[in-house]
Amino acid sequence: MKMYAGIDIGSCTTKSVVIDEQGNLLGSDVRRSGIDYKTVARESLSAALQGKSMEGITVVSTGYGRHNVSFAAHAKTEIACHARGAYFYVPHAVNVVDIGGQDNKVIQLNEKGQTVDFKMNRKCAAGTGTFIEEIAIKTAIPIDNLDELARKSQKQVKIGSYCTVFASTEVLSLIRSGVQAEDLARGVFESVVARVLEMIPLADTVLLCGGVVAYFPIVAEIFRVHVKGEVIVPPHPQLTGAFGAALFARDV
Amino acid sequence: MENKAHLEITAAKQMKELMKQHFMELDEASRTKSRKIAWCSSVGPAELAMSLGFLVYYPENHAAMLGSTRTAMDYIPVANAHGYSPEICSYLTSDIGAYLRHETPLTKAYGIKEVPKPDVLLYNTNQCRDVYDWARFYGREFHVPVLGINTPRSQNESREHVVFSVNNQLRDLVGPLERIARRRFDIDEFREVLGRSRECSRLWEAVLETGANKPSPLTFFDECIHMGPAVVMRGRQEANDYYQVLLAEMKQRVENKVAAVEGEKLRFYWEGMPVWGKLRSLSELFARLKASVVVSTYCNSWIFNAFDPADPFASMAEAYCSIFIGQDEVWKENYIADKVKRFAIDGILFHDARTCASNSNNRYGMSQRLSQRLGIPHLVINGDLNDLRCYSEEQTVTNVEAFVEQIEESRSENVRRN
Repeated sequence: MKMYAGIDIGSCTTKSVVIDEQGNLLGSDVRRSGIDYKTVARESLSAALQGKSMEGITVVSTGYGRHNVSFAAHAKTEIACHARGAYFYVPHAVNVVDIGGQDNKVIQLNEKGQTVDFKMNRKCAAGTGTFIEEIAIKTAIPIDNLDELARKSQKQVKIGSYCTVFASTEVLSLIRSGVQAEDLARGVFESVVARVLEMIPLADTVLLCGGVVAYFPIVAEIFRVHVKGEVIVPPHPQLTGAFGAALFARDV
Repeated sequence: MENKAHLEITAAKQMKELMKQHFMELDEASRTKSRKIAWCSSVGPAELAMSLGFLVYYPENHAAMLGSTRTAMDYIPVANAHGYSPEICSYLTSDIGAYLRHETPLTKAYGIKEVPKPDVLLYNTNQCRDVYDWARFYGREFHVPVLGINTPRSQNESREHVVFSVNNQLRDLVGPLERIARRRFDIDEFREVLGRSRECSRLWEAVLETGANKPSPLTFFDECIHMGPAVVMRGRQEANDYYQVLLAEMKQRVENKVAAVEGEKLRFYWEGMPVWGKLRSLSELFARLKASVVVSTYCNSWIFNAFDPADPFASMAEAYCSIFIGQDEVWKENYIADKVKRFAIDGILFHDARTCASNSNNRYGMSQRLSQRLGIPHLVINGDLNDLRCYSEEQTVTNVEAFVEQIEESRSENVRRN
């Protein structure tokens, strides 16, 4: 059976996906990117293959480390790969929102799946996974508890800064004023959504992907409150870019 | 991923000699006091000063050297520490920082110890307010007069009054400049300088227009280097002689269908300032993607077609009020739309320069309006002219690659999507 692989080396995590000719997911892997992209790419793909040989597999790489994968047939940007991966699940006009560790992307696709416009957030990490991690560390709330905690929130608190440092200061100020931990947690997720909504007007269908949506399902629920159109989360949101890369590998 | 697909220009050697001559002349005048020196903002009243015998030095050109040598990054923090915010013009902060450190890239390039000392500082606020503050700083440091033209921007309905006022302000400069120069103003000398400057504009414009050919014989990144004489030596015959040579080389390339970017597939417009410290890497990035940046607002900003030696003051007022940066949004959009059409542009790159609001035209929705009107996509590149702390190489590469993928994808008919 012919197999195809996509490797998405992101700023925080590396994702690998192996598919067959029909696009069925045969294996996947997610691990920290670390500082040696070449090694992590090979190890991640090997894990996704679950003991099968790499021989004869066509690989396309994507993400920040896309040019570091020597065994990839091609490197494509994460914009193109997320678009491709998303359109597989939603084969019509859609806004793809990827909330990653270091940056956010919004990609507008037309009915043919072509990119009409895209935007990446600017250099500040506010509204990204890194921001959530930082707040978890600062407040000593285990990051795995944040989603559940936020669901208990009864009171809305707002974190408005689009600079991570300023947003952290806002959080400290909220803590000083006696805000409840659950309201704070909800406020953090609300601010993540707000930062995305500032990037581009989101009308119609929205597909959410990336690690933040995978680990914190509440983010999708908050999007549903703010977006008029349908909000879709694909089966493996964090793998969307790698999956798109694997679909490109099929074209090679 | 270095790419050598970008072709070097033969005339570059001559241009380097010319720039050297410019700085050596200024250095000698400064050391020996043989000529008076005027420091002038880049689209300031240089021709008037030249007609009174001043040698003209341009702090913006010096700042661009700080940017392209990436030494700006050593100096901007120095100016920041002296109260000049990191949010204001990084030309200003890098230049003032270098001055405070008693350093200049002229030392490494030409063996010149320090920047030439000014006898007068001239500015024109037609481009921004920062040139005024910049001149005031040096006026205090060197204890020399600061003279200038105060031109409002986004003129539109008030344009006639603005040009009238600038005309009068130019005439008012003559007396003070005569006193500093210690010589009488001669309108015929002014006419001659203005005539040569007009010819420089004509030749430089002809060079830039060769970019309309497919493939383009030169790119925006070449133009940023070769515009040097049009900025600092306009009004002098040497600049005109140089552009004759450059123009001949470009015409030859056009005739032979020689492309600046080998295998040119896409053609882009660059709106906004260059990222001086990244000219080479950006040039290589676009060349690797077989995309040629064939036209820009910036390099076209030193074209002063209104200059008329028959009516020097009024025409100079008209010309310096007509620069792109001073106009309203409608005028700017029409200007870009015309070039997009004539240069067969596939996409517009908007450089959002963190410290230069005046040259960051995407900030008021122009990029979206133009995309909609012209039916071509745009990309905003976040960066800065000199402050590389505001620029992310990674994000830029990803954005540009994705932009190229987007355009290529929109052209392919049979894309397999699922």
